[in-house]
Amino acid sequence: MSLGGGWYLGLAAVVFSIGALGLLVRRNVLVMLMCVELMLNAANLTFVTFSRMLNDIGGQAIVFFTLVVAAAEVVVGLGIVVAIFRRRRSATADDFHIMRG
Amino acid sequence: MLAPLFGTTTTVDALTFAIAAAIVLSGAIGVVVARNPVHSALMLVMTLFGVAVLFVEQQANFLAAVQVIVYAGAIVVLFLFVIMFLGVDREESLAKEPLRLQRPLAVGLVVLGLAGLFLMGFGAHWSVGTKSVAGPSLRQPGGDVAALGKSVFTTYLFAFEVTSALLVIAVVGAVVLARRPGGVLGETDPAPGAQSTAPDTDSDVTDPEAGADSEEVSR
Repeated sequence: MSLGGGWYLGLAAVVFSIGALGLLVRRNVLVMLMCVELMLNAANLTFVTFSRMLNDIGGQAIVFFTLVVAAAEVVVGLGIVVAIFRRRRSATADDFHIMRG
Repeated sequence: MLAPLFGTTTTVDALTFAIAAAIVLSGAIGVVVARNPVHSALMLVMTLFGVAVLFVEQQANFLAAVQVIVYAGAIVVLFLFVIMFLGVDREESLAKEPLRLQRPLAVGLVVLGLAGLFLMGFGAHWSVGTKSVAGPSLRQPGGDVAALGKSVFTTYLFAFEVTSALLVIAVVGAVVLARRPGGVLGETDPAPGAQSTAPDTDSDVTDPEAGADSEEVSR
């Protein structure tokens, strides 16, 4: 019998909170994107834990799709960072107000 | 009361979980507090490896491998490429707080959310999983790889196909974002001494950096 799922869920909740905190307090856009990755990983861990607790493969399949979405999100996000850095010569979140319509 | 949730355990499992959890938590805190973005990226790698260990401990072997290959092998390397090419790897002062009360408010909000989540998890059974779901079982002949493959190519086939469309859109979007407005890369306002060697029909991984390199030389 392996460890109960509650420990994993608690750990995932804490990691998600740390990621959310970083997203709120950091101003470097690259670090903010890394914090988004932290939050996605915490959600993945929750899905895998529920998949084991409920004996259902669906949770693992969703983690598979989350990985793809995370990759696409990083590619587009970093493209936006590069495009804005070309105009403003910096990569803090305050520089992104030029995207205002 | 909480025995079914936290389970009875063996020493090896508990020890593995404790070590992996310590790695994950210290890495996550490191991502947030590191002043240098490169250090943040390396801390992120540490967290991802810890999560992969937790996947293995829960018999999700395929996902653990994919986690290491895709996250640590592709996504973090992409982060590091962009950090290096943009030259933003200098340290950022964390003491400066441009928005007043931003940090106390953020910490309060996050602590409140976490407390609510834990209270909900301990108090309500629907939030921690009641065994009423009737999906395909995890324990099939062939292990988790066979079960996952069968599930992805039958139940989730449409989502899988949409995923490929999403990846194509992301590639095209990255190419469009990274090229300069009006023309081939480097032809409009050529920087002195900089040659652009990048074809603009390259893949998404190399293109954002390729668009930045002529700027980088001129700095």
